[in-house]
Amino acid sequence: MSPLTLTRRRGLAAAGWLGPAARRLGAGVAVLWAAATAAYLALMLAPGDTIDVLIGDGLDTPERRAQIIAEWGLDRSPLQQYGDYLLRLLQGDLGHSYVLQRGVGEILASQIWPTVQLALTAATFGVLLALVLALATAGRRSWLGGLVGLSELAVVSVPPFLVGILLLAVFSFTLGWFPVSGDRGFVSLVLPGLALGLQIAGVLGQVLREGLERALEEPFAVTARSRGITEWRLVAGHALRHALLPAVTLTGWFTGALLGGAIIVEAVFGRPGLGQVTVGAVNSKDLPLVMAIVLISALAYVTASTIVDLAYLAIDPRLRRSR
Amino acid sequence: MSLIDIEDLRVGFPRAGVEAVRGVSLSIEAGECVAIVGESGSGKSVTARTLVGLTGPGASVTAARFTVDGRDALGFGARDWRRLRGRFAGLVLQDALTSLDPLRTVGDEIAEALATHDVVPRAARRERVIELLDAVGVPEPEVRARQYAHQLSGGLRQRALIASAIAADPPLIIADEPTTALDVTVQAQILRLLAARKATGSALLMISHDLAVVSAIADRVLVMKDGVIVEEGETGRVLARPRHDYTRLLLAAVPSAISRGTRLSTIAAGGIALRTPLPERTVDHVAPILEASGLTAVYGSRTVVDDVSFEVFPGETLGIVGESGSGKTTVARLVLGLLEPASGEVLLGGEPWSGIPERGRRTRRSRIQVISQNPLGSFDPRYTVGHLVAEPLRGASSGSGSRRGAPFGSGSRRGAPASWRKDRVAELLDRVGLPADVAGHHPRRLSGGQRQRVAIARALATRPDVLVCDEPVSALDVSIQAQVLDLLAEIQAADGTAMIFISHDLGVVHHVADRVLVMRSGQVVEDGYVDEVFFLPEHDYTRELLGAVPKPVSAGP
Amino acid sequence: MTTVAEIPGVEAVAPAPARRRYAFRVPAAVPLLFLAVAAVAAVAPGLLTGVDPLAADPLHALAGPSAEHWFGTDHLGRDVLSRVVHGAGHSLSIGAAAIGLAAGAGALLGVLAGLSPRYLDELLSRLFDVVATFPELLLALLVIAVTGPGTGNVILAIGIAQIPNYARVIRAQTFVVRRSGYVEQAVTFGLARPVLVARHVLPNVLGPLPVLATIGMGTAIIATSGLSFLGMGPQPPSPEWGSMLSEARDYLRVAWWAVLFPGLSVTLTVISLTLVGRRLQRRFEGRDR
Repeated sequence: MSPLTLTRRRGLAAAGWLGPAARRLGAGVAVLWAAATAAYLALMLAPGDTIDVLIGDGLDTPERRAQIIAEWGLDRSPLQQYGDYLLRLLQGDLGHSYVLQRGVGEILASQIWPTVQLALTAATFGVLLALVLALATAGRRSWLGGLVGLSELAVVSVPPFLVGILLLAVFSFTLGWFPVSGDRGFVSLVLPGLALGLQIAGVLGQVLREGLERALEEPFAVTARSRGITEWRLVAGHALRHALLPAVTLTGWFTGALLGGAIIVEAVFGRPGLGQVTVGAVNSKDLPLVMAIVLISALAYVTASTIVDLAYLAIDPRLRRSR
Repeated sequence: MSLIDIEDLRVGFPRAGVEAVRGVSLSIEAGECVAIVGESGSGKSVTARTLVGLTGPGASVTAARFTVDGRDALGFGARDWRRLRGRFAGLVLQDALTSLDPLRTVGDEIAEALATHDVVPRAARRERVIELLDAVGVPEPEVRARQYAHQLSGGLRQRALIASAIAADPPLIIADEPTTALDVTVQAQILRLLAARKATGSALLMISHDLAVVSAIADRVLVMKDGVIVEEGETGRVLARPRHDYTRLLLAAVPSAISRGTRLSTIAAGGIALRTPLPERTVDHVAPILEASGLTAVYGSRTVVDDVSFEVFPGETLGIVGESGSGKTTVARLVLGLLEPASGEVLLGGEPWSGIPERGRRTRRSRIQVISQNPLGSFDPRYTVGHLVAEPLRGASSGSGSRRGAPFGSGSRRGAPASWRKDRVAELLDRVGLPADVAGHHPRRLSGGQRQRVAIARALATRPDVLVCDEPVSALDVSIQAQVLDLLAEIQAADGTAMIFISHDLGVVHHVADRVLVMRSGQVVEDGYVDEVFFLPEHDYTRELLGAVPKPVSAGP
Repeated sequence: MTTVAEIPGVEAVAPAPARRRYAFRVPAAVPLLFLAVAAVAAVAPGLLTGVDPLAADPLHALAGPSAEHWFGTDHLGRDVLSRVVHGAGHSLSIGAAAIGLAAGAGALLGVLAGLSPRYLDELLSRLFDVVATFPELLLALLVIAVTGPGTGNVILAIGIAQIPNYARVIRAQTFVVRRSGYVEQAVTFGLARPVLVARHVLPNVLGPLPVLATIGMGTAIIATSGLSFLGMGPQPPSPEWGSMLSEARDYLRVAWWAVLFPGLSVTLTVISLTLVGRRLQRRFEGRDR
C-alpha cells in the first residue's frame, strides 16, 4: 500500500517490538495459569463432596471412588493436590470423564475438528461481511447506510439459535438447498457458518463503520484530502487502519462469540462437535469434562488475543516502545 | 492572472442552520501573502477550506464569481477539486500531531502527495521526500522520514507537515493557524520558514486569530467578524491606522508592556480606542502571604521542578512564564498543596503548608484558590452554575481558617443551599459581571468567557488570600481575554488578593505581573521586576523568548 | 506544561455532525411503547389474555392463527399468545435480575478497584481480566454444571458471567473521574476524602450505570433464551420464550407461528432495550461534553 518502503527495514528489537511482544506472551501464560486455577477452585468450592461432584451423573461404585482418589490425589494435602493438578495439565493430561468413562483428551480430540471448522468458516464469513458493509457505507449518509445500520441492530438482537432456525426454515425446508442437520462436508457447513457469522458481522460491522466515520472526521483526513487523493484511497490507505484499532477490545468478545455461538448453533443444526459435548457434559454434571472445555476455551482466547495484540503492534507504532 | 478570485462568497450549513460566511470577496495574486484574521466563529477557516473544496459535507457554497487558477470553480466536480488539491494549493493545518496520520511514517505522508500527482517517477520518490524534509529544515532527513509524527518534536512535526503541503510544488499555500499550538520560539522558526517559502515566489494565505503573528509576513490583512470582512488593507496601514472599530478593539485588547495599568477592553469612539486606567492596587510588603523555598518535584526519574524559590506579598501579582514542559503548572500544583514537594517547603501565611498531613491543610484551603485554563473540566458535570459557585461555601468544613469571619460551613447542610448561600452566590455572580439568572444554567450553555467568569466567582467565594491562575486566558479569544484580565485586575485591587499568574504569553504577563519568574526545564533562569526582566533581560533564554515574540507594528493607543 | 485544550480563534470548520444519523430513524416512542406492553405482560399478564398458558388441548394442537387463537396453538394445543404473554414475566425478570446482580456486584468491585491502592487494584483487575477470558455462555454453563438447571441458577449464571464487564467499565470510569479537573478542584475546597468520594466521584462514576444496564439487559435476555433453548432454564411446562422456541423448532415445518411469535418477542424486546439504551447514552454523553 505505501508507495515508500522506508519503514520496516530494521530488526524487530530496534523497532521497539521485543519488550511489548514478550510482555504480551507472558500475560498469556499468566491468564492460562489463572484459568486453570479458577477451574480448580470452582471444583473445590462446588457444594457437596468433591468425589460426588467429580462423579456427577456417572455410575457410583467403590472402584470408581478409589480411582478418583488416586487420580486427583484427594488423600493428600490440598497444596499437593493443586500441584499435581497443574503438573498433569502441563503434561497435557486433561483427566478422565467418569460419566462417559473415557479420557477427556480423547473425547475432545475426536470432537474438536468440526467445531474448529465451524468457527473458522463463521469468522471468515463474519469478518468479510463486516468489512464489505463498513467500507460500502461508511461516511455516506445514504439510505443504504441507514438500512445496513438497522439490519446490524436487528441481527445483533436476534438470539443466535433463532437465526439458525430461520435459515433452516428458508434454505433447507422451503428451498431444500442445504441439508437439515448432521455433518456432510462443506455443504453442511454453510448454514451453521452463516448463522454464527451473521452475529459477528453485525457487531464488527457497527464497530468498523463507527471507526471509519470517526477517522474520516480527523484532521489528518482533511490533510490527506488536501493532497488530492481519492476518497477510496483515503479510506483504504488511512481510515481503515484506524477503524481496526478499536476492534482490539473485541478480541475477547470475538472468541467468546465464536465458542459460545458454536455451542448453540451445533445444537440447532444437530452438528457434532464441542458444543454437543459441552451441553451433554453440563446436563450430566460431568465436571472434569466441563473443566477441560473451560481450559480449551481459555487457550483459544489467549492464542487469539496474543495474535491480535501482535498484529496491533504492527498497525499502531504508538504502542511500540518509543526510542 | 490571480490565483484565486472570489466575489460574494457565501457558505452555509443548512442542516445546522448556520451561515458561516456571508459575502466575502477575496483575491490572491501569485507570490502574495494574504492573511485573514478573526476570532472564533468568524468564518475564516471555512473560507480557507472552501478555496480547495473542503468545506465539508452538507455545506452550501454560492458565489457571484469563484475562479481558481483561472478556471471557474463553481462548476467543479469532485475530480476537478482533487486535481487542484496539493498541485495548486497545499494546506497546512494547526496541529501536526493530528494533521499527519499517526499510523504512517512522515515519509509515507509526504510521498503520498508526490504519488497522487505523479510529481516524480516512483523510483525517485524516496529521494525527493528526503530533499523536501531537508528543504524545510528537518535535520537528519533520512532518519526522520522513517519516523512517526509522535516521535518528532512539535516544531519538526510542523515542518514535516509543511513539507507534505509543498511536495507537489503548489503556487499557493493555505496555512490555517499553522503556529497556534506551538511554543513561541518554535512559532518564530515556523514563521521564518513560511516567509522563506514566500520569498521563493509562492503565494501564501494565512489564517490566524493573532494580528501580531501575521503582521511580520502578510502583505495584506483581511479582518473577519461573523462571516463578513470588516476591514481590508495593506498590513502596515491596518495595524497603524485601523479604520473599523472592531479592528481597533482587537488591537487595543492585546496585552503588552504599554497596556500596564489600563483596561484592555476599550470603548472605540471617534476613531480611537480609549484606554481607561485600572483602579490603584497596593502591595503590602510587610510579610509575604506565600513563601516557597527550594521546591523540587520529581516524576519517576525526571526532575520536573528544580530548586524553585519565591515569595508573594498580599496584593501582589507574581508572573511565571515558560514554554511547555518548563514545570510551571507543577509549581502551581505544589503551591496548591496538590502535590508534595520532593524537597523544599511552602509556607502559607507564615505557617507550614507543605510536608503536613492533608488534614492540617483542609481548614486553611479556603485561603488559596485556583483558576485553571479549562474551566469546564474543573466543573462537576452534574452541577449548575449556582451549585458550582456555592460549593466552596458548603465545602469548607469549619470557619477557623477564614480571616474575615464569614460564616463558612457553619450550617453546611446538603441539598438546597441555605438562603444566605443563595444571596452570596448572587453577589458573587454580580461581581464577575454575570446576571443572577445564570445560577440556574448549566455551564455547558455558557460561552468560554462566561465559564471562566463562573470559575472566578467560585474561586472568590471563600475570599482567598492567594489566587493561583494557571493559564486562565489561554483558551479565550483576545477580546474575551481582555475582559477577563480586566475583571481579575479589578478584583485584585478591591480585595488585595495576592496572585500567582502562570502563562506562556509574555505580553499577558507583562501586562498583569509586578514581578516575574522565567522558567525553563524546571528551573528559574531569571526573576525580578517585570519591567527589568523584560526590558533588560540578563539570561540568554529570556532574550531568546522575548526575541521570538511576534511584534505587531505599533498600534498606538 | 501547557495543554492547549481549546485554542482561541480556532473554530470547527463544519458544525460537528451528530454521531450517527440513520436514514430511518425510529421514533423514541415506539421502543418505549413496546417495552411498556412487555412490562404489563410481565407484571399482570391477566390484563392482556384470559387464557391459561398451561391448558393443553390436544384436539386443537398446531392450529394456525385464528380468531380464537390469534397466534395459533403449539404441539400440545396450548394458546401461543397466552404463552408469549406469560413468558414475558420469565424472560424479563430473569434478564433484569441477572443484570441487577452483574451491575451491582460489578459496580461495587469496579469502584473498589478504582479507589484502592495500586497493588489491590492490580490484583482485582487481573481477576476481572481472567474471568472475562471465558466466553460468557461457557462461564454460565460452568455455573450451571455446578448448580444444576433452573430459574435461580440461570440468573446466577448469567449474572456472574457479566460481572467482569461492568467491573472493568466502572473501574476505568472511576479512574477518569478520580483524575478529572473537578475532583482536583474539589480538593482545593478542603473536602475530606469521604465527602469528596460521595459528592463528586460516586455520582459521576455510577451515572452511566443505568444506561449500561439497559443495553446489557438485552444481552442478558438473549443469553437467557439461549440457556433455555439448551434446556437449562426454567423447566417445562413454564412458558419461557427460549424454551418455547426450543420446543417449537421440531414443528417448524408445520407450525411456523409457534416459532415466529416467541422469536419476535425476544427480538423486539432486545431491539427496544438497545434503542432506548442508545438514546439514553447519547443524552448522557451530550451532557458530559
